[in-house]
Amino acid sequence: MSLQLLFDALSLGGIYAIAALGIALIFGVMKLVNFAHGQFIACAVFALILPSTDAVAALGLGLLPTPLLILAILGFGAGLAMAAEALVFRPLRNASPVALMVGSFALGVALQNLLLVLYGGRPKAISLWAGLGAPVQIGPAEVPLLQLIVIAAVIAILLALGLMLKRSRLGLEMRAAAEDFGMAQLLGVRANHVISGAFALSGALAAVVALVMVAQTGVADVRMGGQIMLIAFIATVVGGMGSLPGAVAAGLAIGAASALLQAGLPDAARPFRDAFLYALVIFVLLFRPQGLFAAAGAKPRV
Amino acid sequence: MITQHRIRRRMAATTPVLLALLLLAFVALTLAFGDRAAGRMASETLIRVTLVVGFWIFAGNSGVISFGHAAFACVGAYVSAWTTLNPAMKATLLPGLPPALAEAHWHVLPAALTAGLVAAALALGTGAAILRLSGIAASIATFAFLAMVNTIWANWTPVTGGTSSVVGLARYVTPWVALGWAVAAILAASLYAASASGLALRATREDEVAASASGIDQYRHRLLAYTLSAFFCGVGGALAGHFIGVINPDGFYLSLTFLMLAMLVVGGIGSLSGAVVGVLAVSLAVEALVRLEKGFTLGATTFALPPGSQEIIIALAMILVLVFRPAGLMAGREIMLPARWVTGRGTSQN
Repeated sequence: MSLQLLFDALSLGGIYAIAALGIALIFGVMKLVNFAHGQFIACAVFALILPSTDAVAALGLGLLPTPLLILAILGFGAGLAMAAEALVFRPLRNASPVALMVGSFALGVALQNLLLVLYGGRPKAISLWAGLGAPVQIGPAEVPLLQLIVIAAVIAILLALGLMLKRSRLGLEMRAAAEDFGMAQLLGVRANHVISGAFALSGALAAVVALVMVAQTGVADVRMGGQIMLIAFIATVVGGMGSLPGAVAAGLAIGAASALLQAGLPDAARPFRDAFLYALVIFVLLFRPQGLFAAAGAKPRV
Repeated sequence: MITQHRIRRRMAATTPVLLALLLLAFVALTLAFGDRAAGRMASETLIRVTLVVGFWIFAGNSGVISFGHAAFACVGAYVSAWTTLNPAMKATLLPGLPPALAEAHWHVLPAALTAGLVAAALALGTGAAILRLSGIAASIATFAFLAMVNTIWANWTPVTGGTSSVVGLARYVTPWVALGWAVAAILAASLYAASASGLALRATREDEVAASASGIDQYRHRLLAYTLSAFFCGVGGALAGHFIGVINPDGFYLSLTFLMLAMLVVGGIGSLSGAVVGVLAVSLAVEALVRLEKGFTLGATTFALPPGSQEIIIALAMILVLVFRPAGLMAGREIMLPARWVTGRGTSQN
């Protein structure tokens, strides 16, 4: 039972951490709280199927063999995010963080309604990788294969991303830009390059979340990105705005809290799990308003 | 001798009067020349004026965007439903209400005031936590608050009816009732903006560090504005419920948040006139787009926009405004009488 809970917490927290990283990467380089991130996730889900308003989904990209399919969806997410950056956020480059946030909210609404026009409002069933639901016996616990794959994938992604940020030139430039964008530009960091790179990474992370959600639920719904985006936001605030390790740690912590609440709450209170979760977060922020790991650039300098 | 300061104050005092006259002219024109649908549009627009002006009291003066104000409208709408619905109906629709509420059968005006007061009390409680965060983090926390209220309202079925709608609210909101509340909101907003607290809050909007160095307690003024602004959003929510007669938690969620935000951004968040002009501009645009979605005939062919394109177009318009006219249509200016009209006879400008 407790081992089962551990796997639940790790897989849920891992997905929250990936989603939170997608938000924190962009916030780090351009102080944009990306309210369109949830719609990036939803768009990546719908990219699997062909546009139609029928109740039954016909697979489009989803028909590709698995390795190609994963690459195609990651590429789609990255491309969508880069297109959004070029068309919407580049003209807003010098706007205030508030205007950027409002702009991304508008972009999210536009994307969501575009999906509604193309695919209709009803949730659609997608049968992708049906075999992943099969349970695997680990000690006393029965764990779905999908959970193990998710945990492994999250660890791999975090390691790869960490290496990229520490070792590659783009990673170095991103960390410099997150520290002090103006200074980084003066020292020869190309702004467009870094920001496009951050958006591409963030879009690819959104696509990872999308694939996991489809495999878990088997449903494509226009609204499916909203809840996880909110959790990801909360994770970035709790972790300290702009801090990547903070976002990951807070994402894992929120996943664990969510799994514990799900297991520990009495039946009558279970539908309110998310409400308890949000209240818990507001409570945490009462004691640490700057978040758990405040980034160096977070405090205004005078 | 009349000072520049006195002249400015007199000019500023003309703003709410002019805005009220603008809304009066809007109602009179739509009722005189429009069809029945235009009359409904007029009421809807004025309810939105109440909501958006309420929203502006906080967002405009503090510069902090709140995503949580639709939640105050939601609470307001349900409080008014709880207190005004026929007790027999409540016994079947909402069996979980406490006895005092289950038997309440109030007049609509005290119900609307109570709706506003409950929303304001909720804002005072939650704002005390949320507003301790810095600007952007506070915005995200208000978003969490919105989701929290929506989760509770959608699942607390015995008291809120859950995701199924509460029906049978008295439909008393005519354009004139809505105009009355809209004007009240505008008056309150301009009084607050002209008050010492409003001035202090705008100082923190312009420069947080300099304002706190001048001894301004940012948290206290933000909390005051948040509470006052929630009052009018609660009233606006009650009006919206009594306008359609049916309420549902998802009617006060993301699409309302988006609409309120779009109106404020298009009109310009920097001034009260911007909030009012934004509501009028976006409401007229939405009305035109809704009619286009229904289709219109030109010669022998019928054109119609696909359903859902209305939101896409409004969202794109919002992005274009942010890019090309970041301060909105009014660009932070107020509608007011020119200085020479308010100085009176026999006084010179200097």
